Amino acid sequence: MAELAAVIASTHHPFYYRASTSTGADRPPFADEWVAKIERFRETLTVAEPDVLVMVGSDHFHQLWLDNMPQFLVGKAPFFDANFYNEEREFGLPRMLLRGEEELAAHLLRDGLDRGFDLAFSNELRIDHSITCPIITLRPQADLPIVPVYTNIFAPPLPQPRRFVQLGQAIRDMVESWDSDKRVAVIGTGHLSLELGGPRQFGEHGPDPEFDRKAVEWIASGDLEGCLAEVSLDSLHAPGNATHGFMDFMLMMGVAGEGQKADHVDTLDLFHTMEAYFTWYPNGAPQAPGVATGVAR
Amino acid sequence: MSRYLLDKFLYTVDRDPELVERYREDPAGTVAWWEAEMANRILNCVDVERSTWLSFTEDERRALREHDHVALFQMGAHPFLTLTLFIAMFERDHGPLEYQKAYGRAMQHISLPYPDIAT
Repeated sequence: MAELAAVIASTHHPFYYRASTSTGADRPPFADEWVAKIERFRETLTVAEPDVLVMVGSDHFHQLWLDNMPQFLVGKAPFFDANFYNEEREFGLPRMLLRGEEELAAHLLRDGLDRGFDLAFSNELRIDHSITCPIITLRPQADLPIVPVYTNIFAPPLPQPRRFVQLGQAIRDMVESWDSDKRVAVIGTGHLSLELGGPRQFGEHGPDPEFDRKAVEWIASGDLEGCLAEVSLDSLHAPGNATHGFMDFMLMMGVAGEGQKADHVDTLDLFHTMEAYFTWYPNGAPQAPGVATGVAR
Repeated sequence: MSRYLLDKFLYTVDRDPELVERYREDPAGTVAWWEAEMANRILNCVDVERSTWLSFTEDERRALREHDHVALFQMGAHPFLTLTLFIAMFERDHGPLEYQKAYGRAMQHISLPYPDIAT
């Protein structure tokens, strides 16, 4: 059976690419620290030596639209073109092409349907920055085949937080029951507190630092029970109007498992939003010489 | 109320570089043209298979014509769509992050709960 080599949860910040590649006067003052944290985070995936990446993210009204909106969707295609004109325009993101892993996609669809998740699918999916940002940060060579899994955190009515957790738990079981000798990393990105297009946007910090502190603690300690006790579709409006993206972190907590402490935890307090990075090794941390992983807060 | 149609306007304009410029330069003309020609176009169907029932209210037309992002927010237009399109149109006239901050400041009087954005 396939091995779950790493579980990784991260914020996806579309400004990272531009910040990390800019030079001279264009380079923001926080860029060097950010790059250092990302390089360390990247190493946690590299040492896991994955063959395949399951990438959990959310389309931002690019290909998926309100006339036909799936709640959960698996991309099954030999290739995925990536990034859109408006992401190039606003964030300077490059056009990309990623390979797909169709066998694993077919397995997730069949097994997912049989487990009671009525997954939508796409055989021609152009993916956006919710998936390309973690490729840029964690695997910039973009050389591994992927299976995109899109969730709806964006266009209400949304699935309940508990459903995200359940799908994460199912993805873990399904990856581990895939008849393959491949090493699979599951990578998902979401948000902590975030406001987009409202009065609290683009402040000195994220809109709700107290929520961010609690959220990082829930994720780092695998406290699914505590998280589910406090988080509801209604409650997520309070920390910021785009905070429902936190449910993708909850999905990843489901993949990692109840009570599972992350092996790598890091955060970066930026203007507008807090960055947060987590890695779990379900089968023990890989022993790579000269590589330190651990809690760095 | 036709939140869906407001969102459809913002979405279809935002994804098209020519329409972004046209809406910036001629908002009234763009809104009138869009409502007449595009509002009932089903995006994943050929052009002849159109809807027949979609139109803006006068308040919605006014908010779009006047580039009034505060009114759009209060009507429940999806804030991500509005923000993305308005950054595309107006960030260029300002210093770094100046437009984004002013955009938020213009809504300081709005408190929770925010208007419903469900469609």
